[in-house]
Amino acid sequence: MEVIKIVGTDDTPSVTMDVANEIFEISGRSLPEDVASFYEPILDWLERYSEEASGKTVFNFKLVYFNTASSKMLLDILLKLEEMYESGKEVLVRWHFPEDDEDMEEAGEEYADIVEVPFEQISYPMD
Amino acid sequence: MDGKGADIKEFLEFVYSFYKSMNEHKVQLVYEGEITHQITKAFTSLTETNMQLDEESHSAQKKVFHVMVECLQNLGKHADSMDSSESVKDGRGVFILCKNDEEYSITTGNVLIKSKVPIIMEVLEKVNDLDKDGLKQLYKHQIKEGRLSNKGGAGLGFIDIAKKTGNKLHYNFITIDDEFSFFILTSTITRNNI
Repeated sequence: MEVIKIVGTDDTPSVTMDVANEIFEISGRSLPEDVASFYEPILDWLERYSEEASGKTVFNFKLVYFNTASSKMLLDILLKLEEMYESGKEVLVRWHFPEDDEDMEEAGEEYADIVEVPFEQISYPMD
Repeated sequence: MDGKGADIKEFLEFVYSFYKSMNEHKVQLVYEGEITHQITKAFTSLTETNMQLDEESHSAQKKVFHVMVECLQNLGKHADSMDSSESVKDGRGVFILCKNDEEYSITTGNVLIKSKVPIIMEVLEKVNDLDKDGLKQLYKHQIKEGRLSNKGGAGLGFIDIAKKTGNKLHYNFITIDDEFSFFILTSTITRNNI
């Protein structure tokens, strides 16, 4: 599959979808002007990937900020991962949050409540 | 003094009283006009820089940033226009950021078609009635059930603001005429809360 590699900006996250190197990651800030057009290619990619995934998929979220419109798209990604998990694929979601950011930790807890998929919360120190 | 001179004098006086009012209310930023994505980015980045210079707590900085984005995007997406001509676009409004020793307040004001008032009022009342847990439940319900609107809204803005700030939303709808109201919303972020 083709590799998705998007370099983040101050309003869009960095995205890497790389099957060969087993990297699935969304990080940074997400408040794109048009959330649907930003996230749709990623969702399409995941849709195609979910059919052919063979190994374990460890999906990392390492966001420092996302707006409510993005939160809906993030749920769509998680629902896609849930679907994969339910169809018998090995999936792990790792939700990274800055250690002093309760809101981002809570956002992870809420997603973990909503989707049925193995979910790990990981705090990291701020520089 | 001719008529024009008097107009100018009145205008200069307006500028001074405007300046005094801004100071009285500790206004940090005020804007009236179209809210674009560029404006949202510029205002949030300016405010972030100012908060960093003030050594504001990380938590307050994040909350202010968050509420500003949601409020500005609400304006940009939902403000109506009283002028139906093509030249006047929707998505205009007033944005005011104030800061005193205890809190930041973020206020938006925009024209709204009257028929939308009850719908918005119902959401705001519901949100203000809920405690932290209730807001969490409502958020989870809305993110699951809600669809992204054609304007790119997820119907989560008010819930999220209340949840993140931990404070009630203050609002008012002022009648403009039979067709339009002016909707004012103020959110507050307590400083040094963590």
